[in-house]
Amino acid sequence: MKKYSIFSLARNALNFHQDWEKAWRSPEPKKNYDAIIIGGGGHGLATAYYLAKEHGITNVAVIEKGWLGGGNTGRNTTIIRSNYLWDESARMYEKSLQLYEGLSQDLNYNIMLSQRGVLNLAHNLHDIRELKRRVNAIKLNGIDSEFLTPEQIKSIVPMINISPAIRYPVLGASIQRRGGVARHDAVAWGYARAADARGVDIIQQCEVTGIIRDGGRVTGVNTTRGVINAPKVAIVTAGHSSVLAAMADVRLPISSFPLQAMVTEPVKPILNSVVMSNAVHCYISQSDKGELVLGAGIDGYNSYTQRGSLHIVEEQLAAVCLLFPIFSRLRIMRKWGGIVDTCPDASPIVSKTHVDGLYINGGWGTGGFKGTPASGWTFAHTIARDEPHALNAPFNLDRFTSGSLIDEHGAAAVAH
Amino acid sequence: MLLIPCPWCGERDEPEFHHGGEAHIKRPLEPDQSTDEEWAEYIFMRTNPKGVFLERWVHQSGCRRWFNLARNTATNEIIGAYKMGEKPPISTIANKQKTATVSNKKPKGVK
Repeated sequence: MKKYSIFSLARNALNFHQDWEKAWRSPEPKKNYDAIIIGGGGHGLATAYYLAKEHGITNVAVIEKGWLGGGNTGRNTTIIRSNYLWDESARMYEKSLQLYEGLSQDLNYNIMLSQRGVLNLAHNLHDIRELKRRVNAIKLNGIDSEFLTPEQIKSIVPMINISPAIRYPVLGASIQRRGGVARHDAVAWGYARAADARGVDIIQQCEVTGIIRDGGRVTGVNTTRGVINAPKVAIVTAGHSSVLAAMADVRLPISSFPLQAMVTEPVKPILNSVVMSNAVHCYISQSDKGELVLGAGIDGYNSYTQRGSLHIVEEQLAAVCLLFPIFSRLRIMRKWGGIVDTCPDASPIVSKTHVDGLYINGGWGTGGFKGTPASGWTFAHTIARDEPHALNAPFNLDRFTSGSLIDEHGAAAVAH
Repeated sequence: MLLIPCPWCGERDEPEFHHGGEAHIKRPLEPDQSTDEEWAEYIFMRTNPKGVFLERWVHQSGCRRWFNLARNTATNEIIGAYKMGEKPPISTIANKQKTATVSNKKPKGVK
């Protein structure tokens, strides 16, 4: 791997950018690997990278049915934060944020992390009390969090409507200043390039059609490009977790729903932080290209269609126009849907399964992007050692039998 | 937006309805005897298929009645509604599955 630097940029500029090497190889799949990762999104590629980097396991294949980062990694609203209420979640997402903070250097790939602050608005007395409680709980976990008055919010987000006369007035907010956004594609590409440099085979346009077992042990996978063998197989297929798990007769507590997001036409810099509201339900930030990136809640029914219903979009845009009347004149340029795998307790599964050698990472709901580095980091540990790391041990599949759920419904600053 | 055929009111827009999750999940008959695994299966585990899905809906802003719907989650095609207590329209579903040409592949260049 040739290092990216100011010098390589200058050198290649002189050659009219004709000599950049490919960021990763596209090898033919081998017959045998030490581990197979199904799913070439951010989480799968991060898992492969940390398997190679932290555990020295480099004979690894990442198998992707489409193209890298073409699922939820390329469809989310790129928000990163770690302001979670419960200790288990706080530890997991804070690990993720810390990895994000060093990721551009670690991967030698600019993921364009911008820690511009994430605000969560309060719209009534209960919201304020709840938000203050969370701010304190989050601080006790050593994570930065502050409560802001409407005037303080206005100083950070000048165009927000803090009039007490609107239907859902802005009465306060919590802010995590270390939160922000990153370039989602760059996260996938950076992990792919760095994993490839350590010997991981990234195989695109190859769909897994079956998981091969021999007496309760995994031995490999059937794919559209033939059988590939490995003693360890890891499923990291957000949006298709249940479909893949069913291939090995593993039952999951997951339901898949469409989640829609959209961008407006690009405008000059106007919004320099991320604003989220749970009560009127929208979240909004501005991309480096100038588009406002908007997201909200999931559609109400199971679907794998990667599209949703228009009334969901309408409700979300109404919320944006309530908070930011100035944005009402912007036109929506694109909208799209992704399929989010949601768990009953709104927390992910990063776990072993009852099938030896089969591991599952999924159910991140609407909040998977921010978890990408820690997801890969802990999952790689789980695969390499065949036991979970302390960080992901609570996120096991058995919690739905034992009852020790991590109930993040409304406990996170925004519910998943 | 889905156009949902309520068995009592006919076709109405989706916002009139509320989704009730997977249909035909049976509560354990002898709760005192049930194991933790059986309770987990009943409360949490779901089939979540990519294909024909039997699900419950309630016509919340209409007749307020519950009913079942057979719908393909890969295409959103609605195969048919049937009332609570009725059996799913298995023959229709089988025919649809035979003729269905569900493709995961997206056209090139579409993101």
